[in-house]
Amino acid sequence: MELTTLETVPGKTITRHLGLVQGSTVRSKHAGKDFLAGLKNFVGGELKSYTALLNESRNEAIERMVAQAKAVGANAIVNIRFSTSNIAAGAAEVMAYGTAVVVG
Amino acid sequence: MEAIVQIGFFVVLLAIGWFAGRANEKRHFRELAEVEASLRDILVFNERRPPPEREFRSGTLVVGSVVIAEDYFKRIAAGLRSLVGGRLTAYESLLDRGRREAIVRMKQEARRVGATMIFNVRLETSSLSEDRSGRAPMFSAEFIAYGTALVPAGRP
Repeated sequence: MELTTLETVPGKTITRHLGLVQGSTVRSKHAGKDFLAGLKNFVGGELKSYTALLNESRNEAIERMVAQAKAVGANAIVNIRFSTSNIAAGAAEVMAYGTAVVVG
Repeated sequence: MEAIVQIGFFVVLLAIGWFAGRANEKRHFRELAEVEASLRDILVFNERRPPPEREFRSGTLVVGSVVIAEDYFKRIAAGLRSLVGGRLTAYESLLDRGRREAIVRMKQEARRVGATMIFNVRLETSSLSEDRSGRAPMFSAEFIAYGTALVPAGRP
């Protein structure tokens, strides 16, 4: 499965368009980690546990998107975009979407 | 008595924010400058298509992300500044750090796959601040930079 943010896959041509595919996940912060992050807030800087959490979530969103693309018979996803939204206290949705295509 | 304890607590937090926060920020900017210099040969474009005359062997999705939070001093400084309006320098440097860090991480991922260019790069910021137990939220934000890393043809 080729993943790209471009409109085409470099070195290949798109033979079929199979429409929009997307994957998303909603994750909440770990209470213990959240507490540490709260302490970290007094000194500022990177919140490593959140960075890791959101990276994990993004990988899962990508996996789900890829699963959807496989289900419709695609071998590449082009024009991929990500979005993150804070939906409730301590929970974030991470979403990935793109266009499933067949390249040859 | 209680008021004195509260003021003391506030001053201590402010001092921690001022010293630790500033030291943190200085170190981060220094590290960023070093890493950026070492990654200067990876070119980043937000154009939608790579130049048609160049041949590429493969394209890989690369993502860099970071969550960064304000310190207590920045929060108070920005709060005071908001009373009169104008430029919030405390947050400007914070957002700058976050965004540059995300770009650096994206470039490091591109370096791992042997790419020399990243095309169609998108930058995104989302606020993760939240309201806990009715108190005003501490500001934290996630920065993502992502794009397609291109490996030139003729490389192993």
